[in-house]
This record gives sequence, C-alpha cells and structure tokens, in this order.
Amino acid sequence: MTTETAPTGTGSAAQPAQAHELTLIGALRANMRDYGLLLALILIMLFFQYFTNGVLFKPVNLTNIILQNSYIIVMALGMLLVIVAGHIDLSVGSVSGFIGALAAMLMVGWDLPPELAFLANPIVAGAICLLAGAVIGAAQGYLIAYYKIPAFIVTLAGMLIFKGLSLAILAGKSVGPFPAEFQMLSAGFIPDLIGPITMPWLAENGQNVVLHSTTMVIAILAIVGMIFFAIRGRARRIARGYDVEPFSLFVIKNVVIAALVLFFAYMLASYRGLPNVLVVMGVLIAFFVFMTKRLTFGRRIYALGGNLKAAALSGIKTERTTFYIFAIMGALAALAGMIYAARLNSATPKAGQGLELDVIAAVFIGGASALGGVGQVAGAVIGAFIMGVMNNGMSIMGVNIDWQQMIKGVVLLAAVFFDLYNKNRSA
Amino acid sequence: MTKTILEMRSITKTFPGVKALSDVNLDVREGEIHAICGENGAGKSTLMKVLSGVYPSGSYEGQIIYRGEEQHFKSISDSEHKGIVIIHQELALVPLLSIAENIFLGNEQAKNGVIDWDETRDGARKLLKMVGLNEDPDTLITNIGVGKQQLVEIAKALSKQVQLLILDEPTASLSEKDSQALLDLLLEFKKQGITSIIISHKLNEISRIADRVTVIRDGRAIETMNTEDITEDRIITSMVGRALNDRYPPRTPKVGDVVLEVKNWNVFHPQHRERQIIRDVNINLRKGEVVGIAGLMGSGRTEFAMSLFGKSYGQKISGEVFINGKKVDTSTVDKSIRNGIAYATEDRKTYGLNLIDHIKHNTTIANLMGVSRWGVIDDLAELDAANDYRKKTNIRSSSVYQVVGNLSGGNQQKVVLSKWLYANPDVLILDEPTRGIDVGAKYEIYTIINQLASQGKAILVISSEMPELLGITDRLYVMNEGRIVGEMPTSDASQEKIMRSIVRAEGKAS
Repeated sequence: MTTETAPTGTGSAAQPAQAHELTLIGALRANMRDYGLLLALILIMLFFQYFTNGVLFKPVNLTNIILQNSYIIVMALGMLLVIVAGHIDLSVGSVSGFIGALAAMLMVGWDLPPELAFLANPIVAGAICLLAGAVIGAAQGYLIAYYKIPAFIVTLAGMLIFKGLSLAILAGKSVGPFPAEFQMLSAGFIPDLIGPITMPWLAENGQNVVLHSTTMVIAILAIVGMIFFAIRGRARRIARGYDVEPFSLFVIKNVVIAALVLFFAYMLASYRGLPNVLVVMGVLIAFFVFMTKRLTFGRRIYALGGNLKAAALSGIKTERTTFYIFAIMGALAALAGMIYAARLNSATPKAGQGLELDVIAAVFIGGASALGGVGQVAGAVIGAFIMGVMNNGMSIMGVNIDWQQMIKGVVLLAAVFFDLYNKNRSA
Repeated sequence: MTKTILEMRSITKTFPGVKALSDVNLDVREGEIHAICGENGAGKSTLMKVLSGVYPSGSYEGQIIYRGEEQHFKSISDSEHKGIVIIHQELALVPLLSIAENIFLGNEQAKNGVIDWDETRDGARKLLKMVGLNEDPDTLITNIGVGKQQLVEIAKALSKQVQLLILDEPTASLSEKDSQALLDLLLEFKKQGITSIIISHKLNEISRIADRVTVIRDGRAIETMNTEDITEDRIITSMVGRALNDRYPPRTPKVGDVVLEVKNWNVFHPQHRERQIIRDVNINLRKGEVVGIAGLMGSGRTEFAMSLFGKSYGQKISGEVFINGKKVDTSTVDKSIRNGIAYATEDRKTYGLNLIDHIKHNTTIANLMGVSRWGVIDDLAELDAANDYRKKTNIRSSSVYQVVGNLSGGNQQKVVLSKWLYANPDVLILDEPTRGIDVGAKYEIYTIINQLASQGKAILVISSEMPELLGITDRLYVMNEGRIVGEMPTSDASQEKIMRSIVRAEGKAS
C-alpha cells in the first residue's frame, strides 16, 4: 500500500523550465498525516511484537491477521465512500450476515429442485450473493438519494430487517459446512506454480525455511511496477515544470515501502504463500485508490460530500452518485459476508452482527471526517489494520475482552482527537 | 459628546506567520457612530474580535481602555457584561426557535432554571417595539426575512443593556429598504446615547450616518476622519492606498448576434403551487454583451436565473430557451452546462464552492470531462488547467493546493469565476458577483467581466448595487415582482430612471 504524496508548492504551466524540489522538511510536514498513520501502525506492531514475545510477527500469525481482518477491510472500502459522501451505513454488518446465510442456504441448506440445482454451484451462488448485496444497497441508496431519508435511519432499519431475515432463512440454526471450492475463498492460498525454495542458510532450530516462490515473484513484480510508475510520474511532473518532492525523500519512501512489501511477502511465503483473500483485497484496494484519486466518479463523491448544494449546481448528478455509492457498499458487504461465512465454514444467525461498528471505526481512525468530504482509502485500510493488529496482539497477550473493548474505544477517540488537534493547530 | 468611551492602544495581533494587526489605535467617543472601513482582510473584523474578547486578553499586545479602565476580556461574556455587544456578519440566530426565545438565548428570563414565558414574551415585545419590528414574539426565526432577523439580533443586543454596539457589515444581505430602516434605527439609538461601531463596505451608508471614520489597511489604522471631511473618494483613496480615479474599468463593447433568448418564462414557488414567482419573462443576450438585471430584493432576479439554470428553483416551469437560435433543453444543471450556460451563485459559500477542498479541485469540478478520458482524470492536465485559470483570474494564493475556505472573499469569488470559465460557457450568469468583497477586488472582477465579453461571451449580471450595474453593463433589464418592467441601454439609464420603472410598475400592479 502506498501513501500518495500530496504535491505541494507552486507550479506554473507557463514556466515549464522552473521545476524544482521542495525541501525535505516541507514535504514531510505536508504529508505528516499520511506518514503518521502508517508510522502509528508500525509502532503498534512493534509494541505487540515485543509484548507477545515475538509471536505477532510469526508467519502464521501475520497470515491470520490478514484473514481475520479481510472482511472488515473489504467493507471499509465501501464505507469510506459512504462517509466521504457525508452519509453512514449501519446495515453492513447485518447485510453481510444475511448474505452469508443466503450463500449457505443456496449451496447447502435448500433442497433445490433439479432444474434449479445449478444455483448451488459455488460460482453461481457467489454471483447471486454479490448481486443480492448490490440490490439491497441500491434499495437503501434509492430511499436515501431520491427520497432524502437520512442514511442513519434507512440503514438502521436495514440493520434490523436483515438481522431478522438471516434468522428467518436459517431458521435459527447454523448451516454448513460449505463445499470445498467455496471455502477456498477464505482458507485457500494461491498455488505455487514455480515450486518451493528451500533456504537452508536461514534454518532456525534445525528447521529449514521453505519459501513459497510464486509469492516472492509476485511481490518483486509488484515492487518493480510500483517503482516504475513512481519514476515515470516524477519524470512527467518534472518535464511539465511542476515541483516534486526532494529526491532523497523519494528514494527513502520507495525503499521503505519496497522493504516493507518484501518483508511481508517473505513472511507470507515462509508460511503458505499469498492467501486468496489477500489477492482479492489487494485488487479491490488498488481499484478503490484509483477510483478516489483518478476517476471522475470518485472526484464527484468528494465534491458532494464537501458541499452538496455546490456540487448539484456544478452539474453533478448528486442523487445518482449517492445511489451508486450505496449499491457498491451493498456489493462489498455481500463479498465480506461470503468471506466471513467461508472462514467459519458455516453461516450462523449471529454472523456479522456489530461488524458495522468495526468498519466505521476503521474509516474514522483512518482520518475520514464525519462531516463528509474528507477521507482516504489508504487511511481506511491502515485504520482497519490498526484495529486488527490490536485485536490480535491483545488476544495473544491474554487481555480480557472487556479491556480490549475499552482500549479500542480509547484508540478511536485518540485518533480522531489527534486529527482535530492537528487541524486546529495548522489552521 | 467629547468624552471618550473606548480607547484601543497599540493593538498588535499575530497569527502564525501573519501579522493581522500592527500597532492599531482607535478611539471612540461616547454617543457617536464610528465607522470602520477597509478592504477585505485589512483586519477590521480581527480588531473587533480583539475588542469583544473573541480573542482573549493575552493573545494580543496592547491595551483596551473602556470607560477609563483597562479591560482584560477573556471571553465574549466578559465584554457583554460591560455592555459591549457585537453582531456578526453571519447572524447567530437559531432558525427553529421563536423570536422571543432567540432574544433571550443564553440570558433566559427564568427563576431557578424554570423559564417564565410571560416575562419572556413581554420583554421581547418591548424590545421589538424599540427596534420597530412588528412581529409576534412567538414567530419562528425561519419564517421572517433577513432584514427582520437583523432587527431581532439588535433587539437581542438591547436586552443585554448594550452601551457599545458593534455591527459587522449589517446591511450586506439587506435590501435597500431594510438597510435604510436599519440605518435610521442606528441614528435613533445615537439619540438615546448608545455608541455604535459599524463595519461596512458601503461607502454611501458610511457618509450618511457616521460621525467619524477610521480606515484600516493591511492591519494598520491609516487615518480617522470627521464627518465633514468624509467623501467617498477620500475613503477609497485611503482604503486602497492609491487614488481610484475610476471605480469601473473603461469598456468598449463589441456586440454581435443574439446568443441567448428566453421566451415566455414562467415559474411557480417551490412550496406554494399557486404563487407565481416569474411571469412571462422574455430576454435576450448578444455575443460580447454585458446585460444587467436591476431590481429590488425579492424582485425574482435570482429565482429567474436559477430556474433557467437546470430548474434549480421553483416548479411548473414553462417557457423556451434558445442558444444561437437553436432551442435547447435546460431541464438539468448538467444539460444547461453542456448547452453553454453557466450560473455563478450569489452565495458562494453555500452554493458555489467546496470550502474544504483546494483551488484545483474547485476549478475543474463543473467540467471534469475537460481533464479526463473514459472517466479517468489526467492529474497533470488538471494541474495545468487550474494554474492557467488561477493566473487568468489573478487568484492570490500560495498555490492551487490552497484550501478555498482559507481564501479571502474576493479570491473565493475568483475561484468561482475560474470554475465557470473553465466550463467554457457561451452565456455566463453572474449573480451578485461582487457581494461582500472589497473595492480593489471588485475592480479586478469587473476587468475579468470585460475581458470575457471581449472574447465573445454573453454575460448577464444580477446586482443590487445600481451604480455597479450602471458602471459595467451595456444594457439593462429592470425586474419587479417577477416581471420585466423596463429595458434600456445603459447609456440612457440612471438610478432615478430605474427606480421610476419599478415604481410605475408597482402603481400598475396595485
């Protein structure tokens, strides 16, 4: 995950020859919030690494952290759009639970007549579930966008309705297990096409480290790609006469990110490689970063969240945009519900309950504003990991659930407090 | 009337990186109306915030001596306790509470925390009478106009036993009639011995009611003048630090063919289906022409423009719009923009700008197509466009990444203009383009309007300031109660002539 550097300083189209670098301090200060959040995550990880006696960074545990938080992150992506647009969605937990239940009933629970048996195929059922989620989101979005019912109320109602519906279709029981193909969504890892590499010189306690080589190859390709685009972007800015961050910072930033990616890839590779769900997440995160930074659709979300009336008078179809945002949120909640169900290998009536709060907390820790118009995908993802690492670390340390809840509450409050404090100081 | 009620000595206030006030001295005599004027960002409001304790004692240097004693106000309630009441530009009323509740907000007529409603209403009625407002104290604020709301604010100030009343641009959003009433009220208070400080951009008002004027420029008090020395030219010269021989740039119109034609335009009130707001309006605009719509507040000018622009106001809209002779659909904002119409709103903060975002994003938002392909924005093309328009409209900022909310009013207005220029319309409707901005920035906006016209755009200007319309337009429509009641070339027009068309129309209507 990269934290994009906000370009600063003056740029003038009329004087292309005057490209120059900003000072290191200035560039750091301008992007303090982005770096600060990433730094906070790293510090929290190091803290727990120390207090769990090194368990946190064990390959198996890192893999677990990703699997445990994947559904939160998937939903946080959609929630970021919702919150930037100035709304909220309280129904995502229940919707994800309902979709998990629907998936279980389609694949296992219902005795489908032979002519409908194809619906139980995991791929068909998965597609139906995604569609159902999008339709649910769209229905709520329609009421919010066109009838101007506050999102808080519509989705609060949705939360109750879908909580009830999951109970109803599961008839109060847990349904499972799922077919093996469906379980792969959460339990599977990408196949090692190249074959394992044994690294005897890294042997620990007489045990060889065996690396999942495909994972390493993918990581290296990702780093090469990232550096290629970073250099190209920088060159284009210089060619057009715009200021760029100092070369030293540019190098440091890319080296640090590359090192982090390599480190985590190595960790995953020395366990079982890339989990399938991380691939899905990675693609989604990349797409949402691109959507919010570069697509006109994303830009319009920020515009309408920042000032709805001004956006409408600028020709933005505010209703339609809001409608799409909730439809996207619904589809992501459906995906999260399937990941969750596949992970537990059964659908339970209680599944998904309360998840909406974790998702919303992740987005706010990530720096989004409750008033709309402000928030970044990278922030929401880091926010979700901060919560996830804290859950994981505290559980390993044996901290009681009551304390865990309180500490998480304090962290949420502290993150938002720190944000506002910074904003007031700079204003 | 020579006793000094307030003396501010060597006030210096620094914000991080900016010296907002440096060594300002101000003395106000008991019972006078003292005007403070200066360009936007000159430091007038900051000085008043220092005085009223919004910036607490200790956050600035210098002394405040009020009634012979040095004061250290820690908060607004400290200064109010001494009878200094400030009424801000943005009114601080709660829309869904009644007039009486608002008057006594924070100062409830209560015993042991239980509100005495009879006393509240009686007290309110008394105060309303003093300010000449004939409304039931139980009426909700949201149901009365801005002019009356201003009077409620003053009644609220009176309830606090005001001795020194500070008004920050009190007439900025008032109609001519309401402004007059307000100024008369201040003169009435003066007779009762209340001292007033009034911050205003409207020089004619200042010369009418003020006893003395202090001009502030770039955080310094430039000079204080007595009434007899006050002339608009002298104030302007002192404000901008240079002689402004002409407040309007010279204009040599090159008028071409008809670009916009609106026929039989009718609009009804958005809530009350029967109330017709716009009646049978027919107007046209030519290439390169600057046309004004004059009229009083509430004459329907803004409503007409907004109903034209994507039906953003009203219902049951009927009529036809032609651009370059072709009938076009303007039923949504998007379609209006694509057909070459742009509308820059009178209220840039509420309807015009995303204040929490920077200049670049605000510039391109109405024409993202221009910097994107297949829905993907080209950052650098966008940056080029934003820099280009920042230069063209002369926006003063550190870069296009400056957040719009932190710009001064004049610069914000230039961002609004940039946004609509970037949408490249044939017809640009500017609603109160210079409201609340200082003389220097006004001149720049007029210059931009002239340039646009000479590039062949047709420009429709709505303004409540008649001298402005007379100064910058080629032709004028006069609107009253939703009808066009007059049309004249500006060379033939005068304030009297415009008022006469309005009055004559009123006579016909009744």
